[in-house]
Amino acid sequence: MANATLTPRRSQLTKGRMPSYTLWVVLAASIVVGAALAALVGFSLVPFALFSAILFIIAGTAVTGVVEGSRKARNRLAMFLIYGSFLVALLPLLSVIWTVLERGVPGLTYNFLFTSMNGVTGAIDNQVVAEGTPVLGGAYHAIVGTLQITLWATLISVPIGLLAAVYLVEYSTGGRLARAITFFVDVMTGIPSIVAGLFAAALFGQLFGPGTRTGFVAAVALSVLMIPVVVRSTEEMLKIVPNELREAAYALGVRKWRTITRVVIPTAISGIASGVTLAIARVIGETAPILVTAGFASSINWNVFGDWMSTLPTFIYYQILTPTSPTATDPSTQRAWAAALVLIIMVMLLNLAARLIARLFAPKTSR
Amino acid sequence: MSKRIDVKDLNVYYSKFLAVEDVNISIDARSVTAFIGPSGCGKSTFLRTLNRMHEVIPGARVEGEVLLDGDNLYDSAVDPVTVRSQIGMVFQRPNPFPTMSIRDNVLAGVKLNNKRISKSDADALVEKSLRGANLWNEVKDRLGRPGSGLSGGQQQRLCIARAIAVSPEVILMDEPCSALDPISTLAIEDLINELKSEYTVVIVTHNMQQAARVSDKTAFFNIAGTGKPGKLIEYGETTNIFNMPSEKATEDYVSGRFG
Repeated sequence: MANATLTPRRSQLTKGRMPSYTLWVVLAASIVVGAALAALVGFSLVPFALFSAILFIIAGTAVTGVVEGSRKARNRLAMFLIYGSFLVALLPLLSVIWTVLERGVPGLTYNFLFTSMNGVTGAIDNQVVAEGTPVLGGAYHAIVGTLQITLWATLISVPIGLLAAVYLVEYSTGGRLARAITFFVDVMTGIPSIVAGLFAAALFGQLFGPGTRTGFVAAVALSVLMIPVVVRSTEEMLKIVPNELREAAYALGVRKWRTITRVVIPTAISGIASGVTLAIARVIGETAPILVTAGFASSINWNVFGDWMSTLPTFIYYQILTPTSPTATDPSTQRAWAAALVLIIMVMLLNLAARLIARLFAPKTSR
Repeated sequence: MSKRIDVKDLNVYYSKFLAVEDVNISIDARSVTAFIGPSGCGKSTFLRTLNRMHEVIPGARVEGEVLLDGDNLYDSAVDPVTVRSQIGMVFQRPNPFPTMSIRDNVLAGVKLNNKRISKSDADALVEKSLRGANLWNEVKDRLGRPGSGLSGGQQQRLCIARAIAVSPEVILMDEPCSALDPISTLAIEDLINELKSEYTVVIVTHNMQQAARVSDKTAFFNIAGTGKPGKLIEYGETTNIFNMPSEKATEDYVSGRFG
């Protein structure tokens, strides 16, 4: 009896199973051997990670096969491959975020966020590089332009997209018009963004004379890209509203359009809101259609209906392609990375906002 | 309140398919009428024609007359919305509005139509309707909570409260207990017995004991075969239908021998 308490008996249920630390031991061994192999071909990070990963997959599967049997080994191999694919898919994202943070954060100053490029010349940049003083000039005008143009594009696309989706789901009976709308929405989804830009430029050129470039023209171009996304996502969201809710409202003597505005849309609003946010995120980074519709400005312009405007993507494009000072490009490059960081932050904030809206409006189920 | 319903030579179609053929029936005011019959025989379809919910389905239409106290529901000048505000409906699955609180669910018929209602009137209406649906004591402390947080039986009684809050003349119930446990079913059956003093109640049920327990009159629907239209076979006092039916098909059905 005393013996039994001193050495606890191994459970019959865990017989033939590896102790939980086995795989960690294998991992540590693989990393050591991987480092050694990598050193043979001249040590660097990529071969090291690659060798270690391959070794770990082979050794981990083999050890499992010996101890736990072939079915468990196959299971573990599949698990390794799935986790591996996940990590590989995550790499580009992490790499982008890391690069943008690394190069963008130094340029993210008060000066950058709240001044424009008005009056910043090549001479100033040359002086900055020569004397090592802080970089002058910023993206305030581009931030304003991005917000303005995206806001107007949203104001145009959301009503059109929402109403089109309401027609498709609630009113159409699968007739010719509905099929035509669905078809053209699908076609519009595939329109290259530059074509949308040229369309808006040509349209306003016809209406207001050639060369009409304002923020509003850009907003029209972006809404051409946004509308199909809004229609599609809203349509899907309206479709999953249970028919029972519509019938419940009808049975109370509620008119159809009131049923739609007071029951169907509120029930689907969280999905619609996140669909709209994704549509905004899709167009906020567009460069080409902005260039041909809003031109490029280096000073602040709050008026979308007059004069040229710039947005963060066009700001980045011009800073990289035509640096303010052709001989000292560092300040321009720094500004471009900072603008990229601001753009990513904007998109992330939008996604957060969408989640918040979705949670705020979601049908309540708590007891 | 409460009106009688007379149906004359009613044919119900889904596009070209004749679903229910040639129904003639008179439903008394302040009574409970049960529709029984095998699945697919068209009793739910027929029930939905009584408040023009049938035509919500694309392609669905009817021929014939449904008279509510002598006024034809299917007259071309009649607005279906008017019909539905007088003839309420409770569905098979409880369907409270998920975005609304318990209180707002009860007031849905008023609020969704943008009718102005003072807070005291609204409070009185909520209490009266919930008491009418035997739900007041269970939810009076959590009227602001979402309606979807209630149990299935409570949700179904909430739907009944929502239907009686618009003070209809007639209440149609499409298998209201089929998704509920026996205790909730009992609560609803008790409620139906109370509702009959004020409303005309028509109930579709698969449960023959239920039909025998709650109804004054019973209508038996049957179908000759798949693809054939459903027909009203027999209609009479519930005791007669269950104890001495005049038709062989009715007798087979109520006694459990399906013919």
